[in-house]
Amino acid sequence: MSGFDTTQSAIFTPRSGPLSRMVDWVIRHPRMFVFLMVLPITLWLGIVYIGALIALLIQSFFSIDEFSGIVVREFTFKTYGELLRPYNLDIILRTISMATAVTIAAAVLAFPIAYFAARYAKGKWKALFYIGVMLPLWSSYLVKVYAWKLVLAKEGILTWLFAKLHLTWLLDGLLSLPVIGGNSLSVSYTGTFLVFLYIWLPYMIIPVQASLERVPGALLEAASDLGATPRQSFRMVLFPLALPGIIAGSIFTFSLTLGDYIVPQIVGNSRLFIGQAVYTQQGTAGNIPLAAAFTVVPIVIMGIYLWGARKMGAFDAL
Amino acid sequence: MHSNSRAPLGLKFAAIGGLIFLLAPIALIFVYAFTTEEKSFQWPPPGLTTKWIGVTLGRADVWEALALSLKVAAISTTLALIMGTLTAAAVARSRFFGRETISLLVILPIALPGIITGISLRSAFSLLDIPFSTWTIVLGHATFCIVIVYNNAVARFRRTSGALVDAAMDLGADGVQTFLLVILPNIATALLAGGMLAFALSFDEVIVTTFTAGNQTTLPIWMLEELVRPRQRPVTNVVAMAVVIVTVLPILAAYYLTRDGEHTAGSDK
Repeated sequence: MSGFDTTQSAIFTPRSGPLSRMVDWVIRHPRMFVFLMVLPITLWLGIVYIGALIALLIQSFFSIDEFSGIVVREFTFKTYGELLRPYNLDIILRTISMATAVTIAAAVLAFPIAYFAARYAKGKWKALFYIGVMLPLWSSYLVKVYAWKLVLAKEGILTWLFAKLHLTWLLDGLLSLPVIGGNSLSVSYTGTFLVFLYIWLPYMIIPVQASLERVPGALLEAASDLGATPRQSFRMVLFPLALPGIIAGSIFTFSLTLGDYIVPQIVGNSRLFIGQAVYTQQGTAGNIPLAAAFTVVPIVIMGIYLWGARKMGAFDAL
Repeated sequence: MHSNSRAPLGLKFAAIGGLIFLLAPIALIFVYAFTTEEKSFQWPPPGLTTKWIGVTLGRADVWEALALSLKVAAISTTLALIMGTLTAAAVARSRFFGRETISLLVILPIALPGIITGISLRSAFSLLDIPFSTWTIVLGHATFCIVIVYNNAVARFRRTSGALVDAAMDLGADGVQTFLLVILPNIATALLAGGMLAFALSFDEVIVTTFTAGNQTTLPIWMLEELVRPRQRPVTNVVAMAVVIVTVLPILAAYYLTRDGEHTAGSDK
């Protein structure tokens, strides 16, 4: 019967057109299909990106000849030894302290914003809080730094605000303090700190808010029914439940501060941070091995940090 | 978690104070774009003018930087869309050797500080004697744009049922037809959102770019030079305002496209 023939040929006759035929062939070979799909990314990231990273790591084991300034391509730990010189060690410690301070301040500032947005905001307020976090997150990084140059300038809005509130003495007092002070806010550590805090704050708010959204409201009501004061229910119920979110956020604030070299270059005094040290070593100084050794520092610190964060369950809050 | 009771007053003040801290500096950019003061960042502005918008529009260096930024962002986004979608489809749909490695590999360029990506690409270029060009910038940008597209696409692929594809094939559609008529309409909004976010990220990128651009000037590099060595502050003010508008519009659009409860890559850049 001809009916059977058509069914048979409907299944087995190859489709017309070379493109369709090729696609059909690929789909019939699932392994080949997957291989073709992941081939571009493997070539791009696996070879270009990982290759470049490995090349960089290898260079950190080379050293530079101090007289000729030429890179000596022999395996040595000498360059890592240079990291321990007081001047370089200062750079590392300064950067880590700044990253720690920014992370703690971001957590303190983010919590009320995230808590209010998660628990009380609705309708218009919810949208406003969403925009309030997303706008600074996605605005241009340089424009944010620039905005803070405007805010912190000696003739700028912050000085004006302090004068209007008759608090100029407070600002002057702050600037006259040893380490954190300076000639004006825009050339002090306080200024650098404020800009870092501003730029990375949204990265803290988002995971904290995500972890707070998951806390059942009934849990807090139960705590207060059982006689907990607001302080107690914060300390014993809310904070432990928000902790994974805070740790997840701290990964961003900490890592981003460690690697940044533009903020301290534009707002701050002339003392270097790790990122600036890397930039000057590879650029004007031409000491690629030392620059490479400096980049290993944040990689190692973040490795340890991520390992610790994983143990505390921070990745579930992302 | 949601409560119908009223927020404690202290919490309300802290939250609203935080909101002002987040939004006020950006609002300030819009005021300074119209100030008549040329030499300093004086507040309050002595007067308002729209003169500097005209001056900025006539500046060739700004236009050239803008053109290069748009070109790089367009190419990087296209590359990222192709590679990110392919990878997302493979990771979401099948289990294969090295699947975990690939999903880690994709995240790496974003997880490591930009300066590391930048310096390793730079040293690779110099080892291989590759001269700086538009393509070296694209190489750096596409590397992190892929993540954004991938995150958006992988979430959508997981939500789309695989049975749809089987059904299309059973009904006689060939591979190309299935892709165009079934898969693409399903993932289109996720790709659009991911593409816009990737575009915004590339348009704004400066840290990796300083290492891979040589002496070419993208718009962020132009801004950086103005920040380090200010030449004409009013023009910088206007450019800053323009950049805020250009980067914010795609974000709002991406929000409306994916707001039906889906996690977009925007939340963790």
